[in-house]
Parts: sequence; structure tokens; C-alpha cells
Amino acid sequence: MSPAPRRIAYRHRLPTRIWHWVNALTVAVMLMSGLMILNAHPRLYWGWYGANFDHAWIDFGRRPFPGWVTIPSTYDLAGGRIWHLAFAWVLVIGLVAFLLTSLWNRHVQRDLAPTADELAPSHVWQDIKEHARLNFPRGDAALRYNILQKISYAAVIFVFLPLMILTGLAMSPSLDAAFPWLVDIFGGRPSARSIHFIVAAAILAFIAVHLAMVILAGPVNEIWSMISGRYRVPPERSGA
Amino acid sequence: MGLLKSAEGLTMKSQRLIGGRDSLAREYGQADLSPVFRSNGTAMPDTAEYARHLAENFANWRLVVDGLVARPLSIPMAAIRALPSRTQITRHDCVEGWSAIGKWHGLVLGRILNAAGLSTRARYVVFHCADRFGQYPYYESIDLIDAFHPQTILAWGMNDRLLPVPNGAPLRLRVERQLGYKHAKYVQRIEAVESLAGVYRGKGGFWEDNTGYQWYAGI
Repeated sequence: MSPAPRRIAYRHRLPTRIWHWVNALTVAVMLMSGLMILNAHPRLYWGWYGANFDHAWIDFGRRPFPGWVTIPSTYDLAGGRIWHLAFAWVLVIGLVAFLLTSLWNRHVQRDLAPTADELAPSHVWQDIKEHARLNFPRGDAALRYNILQKISYAAVIFVFLPLMILTGLAMSPSLDAAFPWLVDIFGGRPSARSIHFIVAAAILAFIAVHLAMVILAGPVNEIWSMISGRYRVPPERSGA
Repeated sequence: MGLLKSAEGLTMKSQRLIGGRDSLAREYGQADLSPVFRSNGTAMPDTAEYARHLAENFANWRLVVDGLVARPLSIPMAAIRALPSRTQITRHDCVEGWSAIGKWHGLVLGRILNAAGLSTRARYVVFHCADRFGQYPYYESIDLIDAFHPQTILAWGMNDRLLPVPNGAPLRLRVERQLGYKHAKYVQRIEAVESLAGVYRGKGGFWEDNTGYQWYAGI
């Protein structure tokens, strides 16, 4: 029995790595400054108007989010808005640049787009079972995104982040005046604000699962590969 | 924080660029009105002068228009209410996140400014208010794009009644494409200025001066 040779593969290209870390910081700032803004009026509504005397579908109570999850760390709506509206530019510009680059270098078509075979329910179910057993791909298979990765990354990139941006813009009275469809597609400003919060929660859930997977799959190798691009390929199991 | 604040200029310019200067805020129907239109900030100005005006039903309240104008004005409330008015049902968006839909009756601001004859040097319109937060009087300011916007009115009525005190009686600003704190209540004086630097602490409004809210509150 000789140890398997160490095999290093180039897994993440530079634009992907840059955007990953810029966006990780940006999303963290957006979520934390967003909770500060939500602290100012922690009630959410559906429809065209929504204030204290109207029915809220969720009411978090007074100043519900503690300082360690908000930016700034003491109650400061003006400060939260300054952070949120400045980093919103980084979010939008970063996402657009990443999408254009990734279409051009075919990252989207080659790595993110699921194939018809992968989308077959039996394949998806198989992948769910493998994840549940913490049985992660090895060898060449570890160099490609599996179908659950593809679905979750595509959801964040093509659905969640664009929805955050659109619902954020829909809360702007000046942009609503210029583009009434912006608020119409969400059924009103309070509805857009509710969807903004729900999708933010979905992004937070993605981050939790994503971090758990990184830890379970080998955090040093996974994190180093997103910094350097180089990934130590887990060897095939002997006899596999 | 300085770098973050510098993004505000970009945010304002892009709203004006892609949103256009003349876009109209949506006007809703009677059926869309909020059942209760809440108030925010001052609910009752706490000065003896305001109490006297309230006791007199604002019979002696006057709107002063001065600063960089050819013909300074001082218009009694009764005359303001007698002038042709505009009625609009619009959505009020508070910086805190809530929205309410209300019906407003008032005088188009551009008409008053034209009557006073703005100087070509005037670039901003400052609204001086009767309410105070501690030692500071409330004030707000807008530029001439919003000042001459057709939906920018000085409202004296809300939901088919005279404006209630918590909502700014007898006269408040409606500047429909910006957030609620720009909609100055209890307006006593309109001043045309060339620069905001010399007005109070120079940022163009009470909240802008004291907490760092954006002067242009379009988002």
C-alpha cells in the first residue's frame, strides 16, 4: 500500500475568487446594516401601505436585533443607511462585473449551468442522499460542482441577489416615480420590503449551509482553494 | 465614514439621471387610502407661540416668503386656502420603513415662488418650521428641481379635512419623490438661498445636521 500521490488542481479562476471575497464582505455588511435599518421599524406588511395601525404579518418587537449583529453596533439608523447605501453600489457593480466576466469566460455555461441529466429527479435525489451521508465527491468528481451546489449557487447569483437589488430599488420613492413597474411587480412598497427581508433570510440560510459544507469538506483545503485557486483533490477511495 | 458618505453624491446623481427630473409620483385612488395616517416626529410643537396660533385656529398664521426673491411675501392662512389648490393621493415613505397613503390638498409651491420672483442666484428653498427638537428648530431644504415639481405642494388639508396638528397644521410641505423627513411640517417661512452652508449647521436640514441623514432622500 503506497499513499496516493497528492494531486493539485486549478479549481477557481481569479475573477471568481475576487468576486467571492468582495461579495462575502459586501453581503455581510448589507445583512448587518440591513438589520440596523429593520430595527427602526421592525414590522413587515403586505400591500400598498403599511404602518403601525395596519396589520403586520410579522412583528419583531422593539429594537429586536442586538448590537453584535448590526452595523453600527449601537442604534443609529442614519449610520446603518450610510453603510447600506454605499455597499449597495459594491453589491450591484460586483454582481454585474462577475456575471459579465463569467459569461465571457464561460464559467456560467461550463460550471454553473446544470445539464439535463443532472436535473433528472433520480440524480438530484441521489445527490441529496450523498450529502445527507456527508459522502462528498472525490477524485475528478470533486473538481465539478455537484447538482445541489449548482442549484444553490445559481439561486444566489441569478435569483436572490437580483431580487435583493430590485426590492431595494422598489423602496425608493424617487425610482418608483420614474419606474412604476418596479413597485408594481412586487405588489406595493411594503410587499417589496417584506420580500427584501425574506430573501435576505434565504441568503443567510445559504451562508449557514455553505459554511457548514466548507467545514465538513475540509476547511483548510476549501478556503485555500478560494484564495489561491489551487485545490488538493481528495483521492478516490481504494477499491472504488 | 468619509468614503461611505461620498457614495451619497453618486446615489443622488444616479437617481436624478436615470429617474429623470420630471417623473411624477404615483397618484392613488380614494380606495387606497391608509385607514389611519400616523404621524411621526413632532406631534405637538411645544412653544407658547404655537399654542396661541392653535387657540386662534391659525387665523393669524402667516407664510413668509423671503431670501433671494424680488417681492418678499407674507400670506395669511385664509388667503393660502383661498388660492387654487391641487389635490393628490400619494404614498408617504418614512425613512424608518413604514408607508402610508394619504390625500393632500394644497398650493403648488412653484406658484408661490413665481409670485415672489426668485432671483437667478437662488438655488435652494429652505423651509423654516415652528417645531423644535430641544434647542434646534426643525427645518428642511430642497433644490429648485423639486421646488418647481408639479406635485410639490404646501398642503393645508389632509383626507378632505384641514391638516391635523400631528401631521403639521396649518401648513406642511409635500415633496413626493423623497422620504418623509423632507416633508417639513408647521411651515412658517420659506427662504430662497444660494447656498445651504450658512443655514443652521449647513447640511440642509435638521436630521441632516444632527444625525447624518441624506440631504437627498430619494431612497
